[in-house]
Amino acid sequence: MNAVNLSMTVVLAVLYSVGFYLLLQRSLMRVLLGIVVLGHGTNLLLQLIGSPPGRVPILGIALPSEFTDPLPQALALTAIVITFALTTYLLALGYRSWVLVGHDEVQDDLEDRRIAQRERPEASMGEETTGEDDAEDDPGSAAASGDPVDPADVGGER
Amino acid sequence: MSSLVTLPVLLPILGSALTVLAGRSARVQRVIGVVVLTAVSAVAVALLAVADRSGPVVAEMGGWPAPVGIVLVADRLSALLLLISTLVTLAVLVYAIDQRIADYGREAASTTFHPVFLLLSAGVSLAYLTGDLFNLFVAFEIMLAASYVLITRRTNASRIRSGMTYVTVSLTSSLLFLTMIALIYGATGTVNMADLAGRIGELPTGLQTVLGLLTLVVFGIKAAIVPLHFWLPDSYPDAPAPVTALFAGLLTKVGIYALLRTQTLIFPDDRPSVVLLVLAGLTMIVGALGALAQDDLNRLLSFLLVSHIGFMLFGLAVFDAAAVAGTALYIVHHITVQATLFLVSGLITRRTGTVSIEAMGGLARMSPWLAVLFAVPALTLAGIPPTSGFVAKLALLQAGAGAGAAATLAAGVLIVASLLTVYAMARVWVRVFWGAVRPPLPDPDPTDELVVGTARTAKPMYVATGALVGVSIAIAVAAGPLSAITARAGHDLLDRGPYRTAVLDVEPLR
Repeated sequence: MNAVNLSMTVVLAVLYSVGFYLLLQRSLMRVLLGIVVLGHGTNLLLQLIGSPPGRVPILGIALPSEFTDPLPQALALTAIVITFALTTYLLALGYRSWVLVGHDEVQDDLEDRRIAQRERPEASMGEETTGEDDAEDDPGSAAASGDPVDPADVGGER
Repeated sequence: MSSLVTLPVLLPILGSALTVLAGRSARVQRVIGVVVLTAVSAVAVALLAVADRSGPVVAEMGGWPAPVGIVLVADRLSALLLLISTLVTLAVLVYAIDQRIADYGREAASTTFHPVFLLLSAGVSLAYLTGDLFNLFVAFEIMLAASYVLITRRTNASRIRSGMTYVTVSLTSSLLFLTMIALIYGATGTVNMADLAGRIGELPTGLQTVLGLLTLVVFGIKAAIVPLHFWLPDSYPDAPAPVTALFAGLLTKVGIYALLRTQTLIFPDDRPSVVLLVLAGLTMIVGALGALAQDDLNRLLSFLLVSHIGFMLFGLAVFDAAAVAGTALYIVHHITVQATLFLVSGLITRRTGTVSIEAMGGLARMSPWLAVLFAVPALTLAGIPPTSGFVAKLALLQAGAGAGAAATLAAGVLIVASLLTVYAMARVWVRVFWGAVRPPLPDPDPTDELVVGTARTAKPMYVATGALVGVSIAIAVAAGPLSAITARAGHDLLDRGPYRTAVLDVEPLR
C-alpha cells in the first residue's frame, strides 16, 4: 500500500535474521534472546506496516485525513504484552532447568536417541529382530513361550 | 440470540477466575469446572441447531459493525467442533479430577490446575468462534499459554526438556503468525476474515501465494504437519495422561481448523492443491512409520496423531465440498478417539507402572475392562467398519478418488497409512494385552503423575474414559445426520456466501 522506509527494512531484516540465528543455538539463554529479538522484529513490522506517521487519531485535535492508522499500534500493544508475558515464563522455565539439570543446554530426547541406537545394527544386518531384544520381539513366540494362552484369546485373533 | 455466541468464551474465563478465588476448596473448584463445561456444551448444542437451521450466528463485540470491530461467528463447522471439543474437555476434566482424587486425596485443591484448564477451554472456544485474524492470534495465545503451564506443572528434568521444546516452537510459530497478520494488514488494510475473503483476490498473484504459504507454515506448525511435526512426539508424551489427551484431542485440531478456515475463506482454490497433497501424503506416511519404531506407548500414539493430521489435510488439499466435509467429519471423529486413546494409555500406565510396550504383557487377563476400553478406540482409529473412523475415512476416500491423478495417488497413500495404523495398533494389542502376565513394575517416581499409584487407579477414571468411548460409538451410530451436517458445512465453506453475508451484509462474491 505505502512505501516502507529502506533503513527500517534493513533493521527488520537484521532483527529477523539475528532472532532466527539465536533460536538455532543450543543454549537456552540464547534461544530466549532469539525469541526476544524476533518479537521486537515482529512488533517493528507491525508499526511499519500501517500508514505513514501522522497526527494523533483523536477527533477535534486533527483532521481525519491527517490521522495515523491506530490499528497496527493497538495490535502491536497486544502483541508486546503477550510476548512479554511468555518471555518471562520462558525465563522462569530456563531457570528451573538450570536448577534441576545444572546447565541450560537444550537436551537430546533420550527415547529418540535410544530408538536411533537400536535401529542402526538392525539395518546393517538386514534382519528384523536382533540386538538387545530377545525372543519376545516376535509376538507369536512371546505368546507361545509365556503362559499358555486361552483358546478364546487365540480365537479372537482371527 | 447473538449474545449466545459469547458464552463459550466468557463462561470458562469467568469459571477460571472463580476457581482461583475458590483456591482453598477442591470441591467447589470441581463443581465450577464441571458446571461451566456442561453449560458450554449446552450452548454449543443450541448454536449448532440455530446455525444449521438459519445460518451463521454473528455477535459484534462492543457493538462495532464487522470490518471495524471484532466479530464472533458460529457457523455449522465452528458450532459442531465447539460441541465435540467441549464434550471431550468435560470428559477429560472428570478423568483428571478422579486421578487427582486418587493421587492426592479428596481435599487437595490446586490453584493452577483448574483455572488453567478452563482458560485453555476458553482459548479453544475463541479460536473456533472468532471471525477476526488478530483475535484468532489472541485465541491461540490464550490456549497456548494455558498449555505451557499444564505441560510444565510438577516439573522434573524430562518435563523441563519437553516443555522447553514445546514452548520455544510454539512461541516461534506465534511470532510468525504475527508477522503474517502484519503483512496481510499491510497489503489489504483489514484483519476481518470475511472482509479479507473479498480483498485478497485484488492483490497480485505472487503476493497472494506468499501470504497463503506463510499461513500454511504458521498453522502447519500448530497442526504438526510433516516436516513441521518434530516437536509433537518430543513433547506430548512427557505430560500427565489427561493433559496429553486434551492436547492431542484439541490443540492440533484447532490448528487444522484454522488452516481449513483460512484456506477456504481467504485463499480459495478451484482445484486440488498439489503442495497440500504432497504434505498430506508425507504426514500420513512419516507419522505411521514413526509410530512403528516406538516402544513408549505415548510416543507411539503421538506419531499416530501426526499421521492422522495428514488424513485431515488430505480432505483440505482435494478442495471440493465433499472432501472438505470429509475433513470436518474426520476432525470430529479424531478429536474423540485420540483423546480416548491417551486416557486409556494413562490407565494402562497406572496399571503396569511403565510406558514401555516391551515391559508390558497379559493385560487382557489382568484387566479385561481395560482391554475393551482400548480395543474400541483402537479399532475406531484404524478405521475398521462400522466405527466412526471408517465412516470418516470413507467420506475422504470417496471425495479424493474422483478428483484427479494426484488426489487419487494421495488416496492410495491414505489407504497405506490406514493399514500401517492397523499394524501399529495390532502390535500394541499383541504386546500389551496378550502374552505372559508381567508383575507391575515398582513405582519409579512417586511424585510423577505419569507413572504412579498402580493399585490406586480410581474406578471413576474408567467411567470417564468409557463415556468418551460411548461418544465415539455415538458418532458412528449418528453418522447419517452428522455427515449430512458436515456436508452442508463443507458446502458453506467453499461457497463462502453465507459466512460473508452474515458478517458483512455484502453481495456474494462472483
